Amino acid sequence: MNMLEIENLDVWFGTARNRVEAVKAAIFDVAQGESFGLVGESGSGKSTILRAITGLAPNWSGRITVQQTALTKKRPKAFFKTVQMVFQDPYASLHPRHSVDQVLGETLHLHGFKQIDARVVKLLDDVGLGQKFRFRYPHQLSGGQRQRVAIARALAPEPALLLLDEPTSALDVSVQAEILNLLADLRQEHKLTYLMVSHDLSVVGHMCDRLAVMKDGEIVEIMDVAALQRMEATHPYAQHLLQASI
Amino acid sequence: MMENLLDVENLWVKFPTRQGVFDAVRGVSFSLGRERLGIVGESGSGKSMTGRAILRLIRSPGIVAADHINLDGVDLLKKTEKEMRAVRGRRISMVMQDPKFSLNPVTTIGDQIIEAYRLHNKTSKSEAYAKAIEMLNAVSIRDAERVMRAYPHEMSGGMGQRIMIAMMLIPNPEILIADEPTSALDVSVQRQVLDIMDGLVKERGMGLIFISHDLNLVADFCDRVLIMYAGRIVEVCEANKLHEAKHSYTRGLLNSLPRLDAPRDRLEVLKRDPAWSEAPSVSGRV
Repeated sequence: MNMLEIENLDVWFGTARNRVEAVKAAIFDVAQGESFGLVGESGSGKSTILRAITGLAPNWSGRITVQQTALTKKRPKAFFKTVQMVFQDPYASLHPRHSVDQVLGETLHLHGFKQIDARVVKLLDDVGLGQKFRFRYPHQLSGGQRQRVAIARALAPEPALLLLDEPTSALDVSVQAEILNLLADLRQEHKLTYLMVSHDLSVVGHMCDRLAVMKDGEIVEIMDVAALQRMEATHPYAQHLLQASI
Repeated sequence: MMENLLDVENLWVKFPTRQGVFDAVRGVSFSLGRERLGIVGESGSGKSMTGRAILRLIRSPGIVAADHINLDGVDLLKKTEKEMRAVRGRRISMVMQDPKFSLNPVTTIGDQIIEAYRLHNKTSKSEAYAKAIEMLNAVSIRDAERVMRAYPHEMSGGMGQRIMIAMMLIPNPEILIADEPTSALDVSVQRQVLDIMDGLVKERGMGLIFISHDLNLVADFCDRVLIMYAGRIVEVCEANKLHEAKHSYTRGLLNSLPRLDAPRDRLEVLKRDPAWSEAPSVSGRV
């Protein structure tokens, strides 16, 4: 069964003369429990696909299907319980004047959970932070700890599909290893499906089962990670990208 | 024996706080010849502070102290602020991490490059304009005339960084300090910017201090590497031998990287040893 199906997805910004086609006729699907990567240089439209799925980029056409339900312009409430996103910059994606407890508590409240107190504790344990971080503010946390809070927030509604937009590119390599391990553990524990955007091929190679290479808004190649590790890209741009990242 | 352009001995950078003095850099010594010297470490290891301290760009209440920072035998710490201004840009210049924050958003790129050039050279505007175009061409910017008229927000990250490099190289400095010049860029553009920098450094016989957190990049690009941890140099090695590094911190950093050619189920997580920050700084002098 497919968790996510994307058919002929076009995303654009602006109108008339200023119209920019950010994504052109993207087609791919992500199976249940799979981890799928999107790679490409900045401006290639990889993050835009994630934003179109969540509704942050409102101008799109084509077909997006999540768990066999096609999305319309207005997302139902159940959608946000199924799909959650982790953003690139943990310094910008947390409210500076909300404590960790408020961030997680609010999310849980909005999704209509009971026993919020116990759930906040559970979430913090899940991402390896523990109780003592509960009443801290973002400025009292390191980059890696903030990204853990952002992951905890995404996990709060117990989603099935997690969209990861460069989750480690703002972090040090030593912290990156911790976060990537955490994401791998969480995926196994909660049976999650990942759609991960990264410009780092070795991170995608480590985390994903299959990946799509994007250039100028188009998907130029879809391959599995085994092919990536053997350096078997067929499209010239994908080959170029592979060469650059060795 | 290589001639030394820059010689730093026992450099400290301190910030007094309410909780006592925080030492960002603790007694670092190194020298720089006509070579590419890499400084690597995690954020907070003091690598950027070392670069800034050389140019005396650390503002009060921060304190820079050293036995000496010699540029061609002259101690930079003994210079007045006015004399320092003649050093910055002309003799030592610095490329910062993010071009978005280092270009003036309300002035065209052309005006900024011309200003940088005319500050150091007494020339006419038209001559400076021609020189600016030549410099933009040198960093592989197509359509230099249009770029001269453009504002920074109209440029992509890679273009902005190349413009910064052009601007920093126009007074023809002896030393270039590059603080994470490519970490805001894509892999494909990264390579381009590095090649441009490499070419210019070789052509002009400059010394380059390359500050980065990317171990593979530094191993590839530099001649010699200093590895910093908690304000001290823990290891110095030849860049092409970085993968044979001995210190457990360097090994830990190398092992925590995911690799395409050696896939693993779990990445190794760095286990910090308090002894690393206690050990005295290794000298990076030749």
